Amino acid sequence: MITGSIAAIGAGLAAIGAGVGIGKIGSSAMEGIARQPEAASKIQTAMLIAAAFVEAVALFAVVVALIAN
Amino acid sequence: MDCSHVFDFKVNRLTLVFTLFLALFFVTPLLYAQEDTSKATVTAHAEPEAEKKFNLGKFALHHIADSHSWHVIGDTFIGLPVILYTQGGLVMFNSNEFHGDDEAKLVVERAGQRFVKLHEKIYYAAETANAEGQYVELDANHHAHNARPLDFSVTKNVCTLLLSVVVMLAVFLNVANGYKKRKGKSPKGLQSWIEPLILFVRDDIARPNLGHKYERFMPYLLTVFFFIWFNNVLGLVPFLPGGANLTGNIAVTAVLAVITLIIVVTNGNKYYWKHIFTPDVPWWLYIVLVPVEIIGVFTKPIALAIRLFANITAGHILMLSLIGLIFVFNSVYVSIVSVPFALFIGAIELLVAFIQAFIFTMLSALFIGMAIEEHH
Repeated sequence: MITGSIAAIGAGLAAIGAGVGIGKIGSSAMEGIARQPEAASKIQTAMLIAAAFVEAVALFAVVVALIAN
Repeated sequence: MDCSHVFDFKVNRLTLVFTLFLALFFVTPLLYAQEDTSKATVTAHAEPEAEKKFNLGKFALHHIADSHSWHVIGDTFIGLPVILYTQGGLVMFNSNEFHGDDEAKLVVERAGQRFVKLHEKIYYAAETANAEGQYVELDANHHAHNARPLDFSVTKNVCTLLLSVVVMLAVFLNVANGYKKRKGKSPKGLQSWIEPLILFVRDDIARPNLGHKYERFMPYLLTVFFFIWFNNVLGLVPFLPGGANLTGNIAVTAVLAVITLIIVVTNGNKYYWKHIFTPDVPWWLYIVLVPVEIIGVFTKPIALAIRLFANITAGHILMLSLIGLIFVFNSVYVSIVSVPFALFIGAIELLVAFIQAFIFTMLSALFIGMAIEEHH
C-alpha cells in the first residue's frame, strides 16, 4: 500500500516541467556558445536569468506542495 | 568616485556601535547566569522515543525553521534571550529555562505569568496539563489555541543576521581602509578578493541594466548582493556560527524584496507610470491591461522573495534528507551512498549560494532599470 501526500505528485509534475524548461535553455545556450564562442559570457548571464525564471515556477509548486502538505 | 572621506569619521562610530553590540551579547548570558545557576548547557529530556520511527519530513522542517536556542552538538544548546511583550509588560528570560522542552511540557514563570514553548512558539500556559502533560489546549489538528505574547526574542536567525552584519562590516571596513591607505596602488589581502566581485556587480549587473545612472543604485545592489551571498554561505556551514537558515526564511527575503519594491516605486519616472496606467493600446483593452500591470508591480518582488526563499530552503531540505536517509533505513551502510552524494550537493549549493545572490541583485537591477528607463 502506498501512503503519502498527493502534494508529492504535484511537486514531481512541477519538476518535470522545470526539467524540460531548464534543459531547453541549457541546450540553446550551448548551441549559441558553440556558434559564437566570443559571446559566451553574455549568453551565460542571459541563460542564468532565464533558468531562474523557469526554476522559480517549479519552486512555487514546491512551496505550495509544502504548504498543502 | 572618491568616498574615502565618508569613512574618516564613520569608522570610529561604527566600531563603537559594534563593541556595544558585542558587549550586549556577552553580557546577556552573564545576567542570566545569576538567575539561572543551572549552567549554560542543559540536557534535553530523555524520553522513551528511541523506538519511535524516524520522521524525515518533520526532522528536515524542524532544522530549517527558526529556533529559540542554538543547537551546538548532542544535547548542548546555547540559550538565547527570549523577549516577550506580554499583558504585564516586557518579560525577558533565557531560552534555556525551557530545558530543551519544545512540547509545552515545562512551564516558565516570570512576572506572575506562565509560558510554555510548543514547536518554537511561545504561548501563555494553560492552567492544567492535558493527557500528554502539555500545558496547552490542542485541537484535532494538534494546533494550540492558547493566547500568545508578542515575541521579540533574539532567535537563531536574528543572531545569524547580527553575526553576518559583524562579518560584513569587518570585511568591508578592512577593504575600504585598504583603498584609503594604498590609494592608486594595486589591491592587497582582502581587497584582492572583494574587488573583482564589486567590479562584477558594477560591470555585469548595474551597468547593463541601469545605464549611465547606475552609480545611484550601486550601494543598494552591492549591499543586497553581499548580504545574500554571505548569508547563503553561512547557512551552508553545518556547525556553530553557521547553520541557521536565514536567507531561507520567507520574512527575510520578503523584506529584501520590499526594499527593491520601494526603490522601484520611488524612482519610477513618468514613462514607467504611463506604461502602467495608460499603455499604448486601444482604450477598451485598459480594462484588462491596467489591472494586469498593477498586479505585475507586486508580483515581481513577491517572485523575488519566493525564489530566494524556495531555492535556499530546497537546498537545506535536500542536504538534510540525504543525511537523514541513514536514519530512515537505520543502517550505517547507507552512508556510503548518501554522504558522498550530500557532499556533491553541498558543492552545488555553494554554486547556488552565489547564483541566487547574483539573480536577486540582477533582477533588482533589472526592475529598477525598467522603472528609470528614459523613453526613446
